Amino acid sequence: MNRPTRLTTAHQSITFSRRMMLLGTAQAGVGALLIGRLGWLSIAQNQKYQLLSESNRVQLIPVPPRRGWIIDRNGKPIAINKASFRVDIIPQQLTDGSTVVKELTSLLALPPDEVDRINKELSHSRGFQPVSVADNIPYEQYAAITVRLPELAGVAASRGFTRYYPGGSAVGQLVGYVGAANEKEYEAEDKNPLLLVPGVKIGKEGLEKTLEQTLRGVPGGQRVEVTARGKLVKELDPKPDRSGGTVQLTIDADLHEYAARRIGDQSCSVVVIDVTNGDILAMPSMPSFNPNNFSDGISTNEWKMLSGDDHLPLVDKALESLYPSGSTIKPSMAMALLNAGIDRKQRVNCTGSYPLGNHVFHCDKRHGPVDMDAAVVHSCDIYFYEMCRRVGADKLAPMVRSMGFGEKFDLPFDNQRYGTVPDPEWMLRKYHRQWQTYDTINMSIGQGMVLINPLQLAVMASRLATGKRVIPRLMKNKPVAPQAQLEVDADHLNFIHSAMAGVVDHGTAAAAKLPLDGIQMAGKTGTAQTHNLSASERGNYTAANWKLRDHSLFMAFVPFDKPRYAAAAIVEHGGFGAAVAAPLIRDTITFLYDKQKAMAALDAFEQSIGGPLEERMARKTASWRSANGLPPLPAEKA
Amino acid sequence: MITSAIIPKPLARLPWRLIFLVASIAGFGLLVLFSAAGGSVQPWALKQAIIFCVFLGIAISMSWVKESTIKAITFPLYAVTLIMLVGVEALGFVSKGAQRWLELGPIRLQPSEFMKPAIVLTLARFYELVPVGEIRKWRAIWPAMLLLGVPAFLILVQPDLGTCIMVGLCGVTVMFLAGLPWWVFVAPATAVGVAAPIVYGMMHGYQRKRIDVFLNPESDPLGAGYHISQSKIAIGSGGIWGKGFLQGSQSHLDYLPEGHTDFVFATMAEEWGLVGGVLLIFAFALVIRWGMRVSANARTRFSQLAAAGLSATIFFYVSINLMMVMGLAPVVGVPLPLVSFGGSAVMTVMLCLGLLMALERQQRTTSSLA
Repeated sequence: MNRPTRLTTAHQSITFSRRMMLLGTAQAGVGALLIGRLGWLSIAQNQKYQLLSESNRVQLIPVPPRRGWIIDRNGKPIAINKASFRVDIIPQQLTDGSTVVKELTSLLALPPDEVDRINKELSHSRGFQPVSVADNIPYEQYAAITVRLPELAGVAASRGFTRYYPGGSAVGQLVGYVGAANEKEYEAEDKNPLLLVPGVKIGKEGLEKTLEQTLRGVPGGQRVEVTARGKLVKELDPKPDRSGGTVQLTIDADLHEYAARRIGDQSCSVVVIDVTNGDILAMPSMPSFNPNNFSDGISTNEWKMLSGDDHLPLVDKALESLYPSGSTIKPSMAMALLNAGIDRKQRVNCTGSYPLGNHVFHCDKRHGPVDMDAAVVHSCDIYFYEMCRRVGADKLAPMVRSMGFGEKFDLPFDNQRYGTVPDPEWMLRKYHRQWQTYDTINMSIGQGMVLINPLQLAVMASRLATGKRVIPRLMKNKPVAPQAQLEVDADHLNFIHSAMAGVVDHGTAAAAKLPLDGIQMAGKTGTAQTHNLSASERGNYTAANWKLRDHSLFMAFVPFDKPRYAAAAIVEHGGFGAAVAAPLIRDTITFLYDKQKAMAALDAFEQSIGGPLEERMARKTASWRSANGLPPLPAEKA
Repeated sequence: MITSAIIPKPLARLPWRLIFLVASIAGFGLLVLFSAAGGSVQPWALKQAIIFCVFLGIAISMSWVKESTIKAITFPLYAVTLIMLVGVEALGFVSKGAQRWLELGPIRLQPSEFMKPAIVLTLARFYELVPVGEIRKWRAIWPAMLLLGVPAFLILVQPDLGTCIMVGLCGVTVMFLAGLPWWVFVAPATAVGVAAPIVYGMMHGYQRKRIDVFLNPESDPLGAGYHISQSKIAIGSGGIWGKGFLQGSQSHLDYLPEGHTDFVFATMAEEWGLVGGVLLIFAFALVIRWGMRVSANARTRFSQLAAAGLSATIFFYVSINLMMVMGLAPVVGVPLPLVSFGGSAVMTVMLCLGLLMALERQQRTTSSLA
């Protein structure tokens, strides 16, 4: 009872007051903490949270920019945008998804795999982002949807733009095509949200692909205020888009299309160059695909048909295909021989065969004694075998190279191939063997290891025409490359011009004389062997051995005495150069000077092979489909 | 206290300053609810206004209750609440689902809400009965622990962690003020401090994740941290002056979940900014200070402890909610009294205020007689 620690009421009162004080202080402390925290959030971090709140509130629906045009040198459209009709579903407005999709399926005749895709996209979509149902539909279907819109809640039928190529398949290999971005392209662009917008197409091939950044433009955006559940509340001021830039090519669309049509059913590429500045005026590669069919997605069947075609419609032959140059190399060889000191009057007796070691090389004819002029005009192989053997490959290859063979050109295509001009050093490096005399013999007539593409052949024609280093140019806004003088004498040049004029006048290409007064063409034919056929087989071509035939080549420039244009054509398995390639170049060159005359020739030509290009392509498709057991395509949509 | 010849004495003797303060807070809350509903009194503001008026009336009527009466009904009230808690538990067991309320005709009674003032009054009464010299002894500690522990456990298993913590904190506050030795509070706190990391180490992945998300809500902004992230965005984007009445995008576009109940403070701060938030905190501070004054001026040990405990109840309500919405405490589901939509919190706070007013009237009566 007398413990000193005994507590009294007074003690208790003091304890209470002290603890009340403590409690009050703690409460005030918590209050201060709360106010401090509030201040920290709303002052110090205000900017951060305001940004977050804005990014919550405002969503950007990208509005795709209109793709830039591709026009020709005269401003004529090559690739433009055509108004089209499309149908999308806006998921947030959709009340009865399955009924709507079913209805659309029957209205638009959607195939089952499309329906699956739509259902899948609908289940993954955010409310305000449209899901594409169908693209580029015919007006009848668009109209059928629009009248039923009141009962199709959530469906939006709208007008958009589709890429349109007036030239159709004639420009297919030149411009390439556009299509919706795939997963890889989306990843490659750091998941650019624009690529996910329905209807946005990017370049997949050719110029459309390589000039993508110029053509695409800057997307705008419809800024919208949305709720947490993706419901659209209101539209804010849109961010305007900027159309893609127009790209002007050096191509002359009319000439290009003319050449494409004049090619007919051959597997061929033609290149026409303005020698004064290197402008590529035409560069069709036929047959081709129709890029208009690609822009709204190509069917598996169409793809199968194209990729199975032995005329290679999916290859840009002008730049991607390599061929032996054949005799077209001879004028350049002649220049090399002249530089090496060969007298052009010196004759070689052509007996039709040329034995070397235990092998005998042939000429297609027994020319008798020929000088250089006659050897070019009549394309005598034995003259070049002999003369080139005398001079040696080391003096030949540099000249051939300087004329453009094997040269790389800076053009906006990502799949060019450049071919080969062999020489002893190259042979050692590539095949680890010594250069042999028969290599020189083969090279002298453009066989063996010599490989070129049609553009290089046209460049060679340009350089022979001018004696200058003509650099081909495709982009009109790119400055013209200065043309350096080649290592050729003016005298030599004059000689080769007249010899090549002789080829067309009274030589191997005499059938290809221009039907024009006062304009004379200079040229050189070439026949590139692909298989070792006997002479009798060569004279007896049938459709069955098409693949075994020689390639037909021709290069030319006009006028021979004051060159302005150069052209080249390589017709795959076309037979003799003079027979197919030379008339083709003749008509194409005629078009440059006299359109009427050229068109008359084309009409007659197309009559003879069964109608205009698109008609023939449609027929080809139909026969392919029936051969593969497929139903015929529906009549062309309006 | 207003003194005027015109106003009748009973009315004039009401603590008008407190009533005005509370009405202001509630009025401000109604504005926020009006905005949260997109500028409409439906479905929240009107209903809340009616609830508030009813409970304000009840609180004012309670101010005439005598301290002796309060003391007399304390233990029975506690017992009845405890029985109701058990009843809720039994009902939940029968219906195989968590349940927190009892349906009594049209009224939905949530006994855990009653337990907040009940535990305060009970412990105050208990410590009034404990003789002065016994306060440091074991027999002054274990009955209080039992009185507090049983209801807290029952609420925890409902499960209602928020209310459980509140009841616990209210009870502990009364025990603290009653003068229990320090070790009673320090020892468990130390134990928790030491055990927490160990427990964390032993936890399952999903349990750890909840704690991680509380510590860093941005780590899971679309999942468990969504509430707190959005709440911080709402508060932070409000800035000093706020986005303006009816202009809050976070609440109006539904980014802020529970913007009219537990996260009503975020809705408010987005539109009224730091200024609105500070004013609201100050208003609550004044109410709590008024309650603490009642306690400080009390004549009896019961009223001392009860008044402090009831004020603490309001304090814990406000501070836990604000810490929660500002990311200082985990989301435990404690509403902001007088502002959040819902009757329970209003009822509890108004019961506390009614009891405080009664105790305060008692002081003035006795003092004026002295």
